[in-house]
Amino acid sequence: MSLSTYAQKTWCPGCGNFAIENAFKNALTELEKEGLNLKNIVIITGIGCHGKIADYLNLNSFYSLHGRTIPVATGIKLAKRNLIPICFAGDGDIYSEGLEHLIFAAKRNSNIKVFVHNNRVFSLTTGQFTPTSPKGFISKSSPKGNVEKPLNPIELMITCNAGFVARGYVGQIEHLKDLMKKAIQFNGFSFIDILQPCVVYFNTYEIYNKNVYQLEKENHDFTNYEMALKKAREWDYQNTGKIPIGIFYQSLRPVFEENV
Amino acid sequence: MSDFSILIGGRAGDGIRQASQLIAQFFNQLGYWIFGYEEYPSLITGGHNFSIVRISEKRIIAHQEKIDLLIAFNKETFIKHQKKLKKKGLVIYDASLFKINKGLALPLSQIIKENNLPPIVRNTIILGFLAGIFGQDFQIVERVIKKKIEKKLIENLKGAKIGFELAKKIDFKLKIKKLNQRPKEILTGNEAIGLGAVKSGLKIYFAYPMTPVTNILHFLASYQDKFKIKVIQPENEIAVALMAIGASYAGEKSMVATSGGGFALMVESLSLAGQAEVPIVFVYGQRPAPATGIPTYTSQADLSFVISAGHGEFLRIVLAPGDADEAFYLTNEAFNLAWHYQTPVIILVDKHLCESTYSVSFDERKIKVKPIKTISDKNYQRYKITLSGISPLSFPGSNSIVKANSYEHDEFGITTEEAIWRKKMVEKRLRKRETLIKELKNKETIKVYGPKKSKIALITWGSTKGVVSEVGEKLNLKVIQPLFLEPLPFEKIKKELIGVKKIIDIELNRNGQLANLLSQNKIFVDKKILKYDGRPFTVDELTKEIEKII
Repeated sequence: MSLSTYAQKTWCPGCGNFAIENAFKNALTELEKEGLNLKNIVIITGIGCHGKIADYLNLNSFYSLHGRTIPVATGIKLAKRNLIPICFAGDGDIYSEGLEHLIFAAKRNSNIKVFVHNNRVFSLTTGQFTPTSPKGFISKSSPKGNVEKPLNPIELMITCNAGFVARGYVGQIEHLKDLMKKAIQFNGFSFIDILQPCVVYFNTYEIYNKNVYQLEKENHDFTNYEMALKKAREWDYQNTGKIPIGIFYQSLRPVFEENV
Repeated sequence: MSDFSILIGGRAGDGIRQASQLIAQFFNQLGYWIFGYEEYPSLITGGHNFSIVRISEKRIIAHQEKIDLLIAFNKETFIKHQKKLKKKGLVIYDASLFKINKGLALPLSQIIKENNLPPIVRNTIILGFLAGIFGQDFQIVERVIKKKIEKKLIENLKGAKIGFELAKKIDFKLKIKKLNQRPKEILTGNEAIGLGAVKSGLKIYFAYPMTPVTNILHFLASYQDKFKIKVIQPENEIAVALMAIGASYAGEKSMVATSGGGFALMVESLSLAGQAEVPIVFVYGQRPAPATGIPTYTSQADLSFVISAGHGEFLRIVLAPGDADEAFYLTNEAFNLAWHYQTPVIILVDKHLCESTYSVSFDERKIKVKPIKTISDKNYQRYKITLSGISPLSFPGSNSIVKANSYEHDEFGITTEEAIWRKKMVEKRLRKRETLIKELKNKETIKVYGPKKSKIALITWGSTKGVVSEVGEKLNLKVIQPLFLEPLPFEKIKKELIGVKKIIDIELNRNGQLANLLSQNKIFVDKKILKYDGRPFTVDELTKEIEKII
């Protein structure tokens, strides 16, 4: 079964979304060989550039509203436990409009997967700051510079008791594919914040290429909560400093949909 | 004694609702029909709560202003309600707390203290006492207590026995005949809706607590194992509606309930369900708004909001039951319509219907669960253009790829901004409304009571039909009640109005929202009787209002 549809791609050339789509397709192809039934996958997307992935993937999908991927995914999982709901969300989408849903999905350990296309800017609305834009970020809605400090979603998710918390980078597709596979296989709530430059409104390729490093190469113990938090706080979503990617934290907990 | 009203009142926390349920059940056991009205403020302990239990030989779905028996657990109850007592009315009161120079003085609190009983047992002392003065066997009291009370059964039975013996000692008796009718189920409107949903195949109920529908949540949660359903309380009403939409998309029947403020948060999802064509049943319990309003009282002021809620043009179906029986049947209708037309259906009720108690006479065998036809096809198109506007359903996990979309889409579900697809899809979605209107011609979408050739017709909706139908019968006037508010069956209403010289609109809001809706369909009412103080009409009150203008 081809994973692509006839929909014409309308992402900008060089957009990080292509890498997310490819990493995901590769992850699914490998998982299918390992026995995963793709009929059970359901993609849920929000509104923003990221959301177009619903049209491009030849899979069950629910193209939902801005910020509203997670409750739809939880509803699907509650209804049919054999289905695997995977949310693709944007940073403007899930960290502002839909933040309450993200926090509660982590808190209740809903067995859904959340992949955030975090380009740290509202792009489809032509460039405004989001909750993960750096302080001082100049955008159309913050011409004098964003006055708010960015939210650290990795830290937030660990403190909300999420079972699987990771960060990926579109510049490292193979690594991202592995994270996606592990997140899908994880029994419980899994979350990947995916760093993705926006070539038009916030091109961060250079910063990321220079500063990103893999936790796996540092012998990071992702079962250690305190260590996970320490690593999460290493980068504060400003434009400077080393940026760890990989699994920060992993811990099995009772799954919401199996206990209600 | 063919029609008898009892008012029982006290502080919140006294268990007034339980007391009224015990009394209602007692008369139910004697074969009487019951209607119970509850009034209470938005607080947990203190304040003033009261219930009216009306008992009748024939079916009743409204309460009276005047009462025959006043049971006062505190002085405030007596002061507030003594003027409602009929001339020959009787007062029974807790004489340990206050003294008045009439009625039957029962030292309730003293009995509680002397026998070391929990304070709530005042309710069963009263129950036993009533059985005594009405000359009934104690067996009935035992039956009632075992049916209604789970906690502290021994203490409650002891209290009831004390009350029963007390009645024997005094020289006062009331007569009541045991009717040759079997006891009926006594349900609140909320319970009737919950039961209707379960019988219609509900699998997951989602809700965030909100008066007046919180008791649907409690009812379904407490019986979730028996009913084989899941009951989920998400983080807010936005998540409630979206989770239900997710569950429906995956193929399980879901329902949500809320009041005005919660529904305001769900409106975004309502529009999503319309566009993505996902079935979902909303229960909307009105209470006096705007904003927080007076949360524990009643209102019918959200009709205009509900029938047009949600941005964009799409089919939303709005049903308005008027009593517990109708709530049961129309909930079933709501599920069948939602899943057939793949669109949101709203059951529009109010505090008065949700929390009042009714002797119900519905027949569960009349419930029809329309089977959901689905296909499993690798060439499946979620939004296939059809003549009826209804596309075949399929669920994820089958051979179909099921693509639901909040954007405008083509037949497969892929986003499109092409003018031709936009036009086709708008027409397809609205064609469902035309198909529905055809189907509704053969369905009961309005109810008509009273004489066929009346020159005066009363028109009303929702819970107010309870009082209007009774007054209509009393004054020999025709009563018309639409059960569907969207689409409004205005042709059927027009037909019923042939020969009518005067139309009187009766509803619980300030603007006459039903009258406005009728006028959009060229039906013009002559008079409006409107009430908007948070309290429903009583039979006596409405009779007077109508007599003034006819």
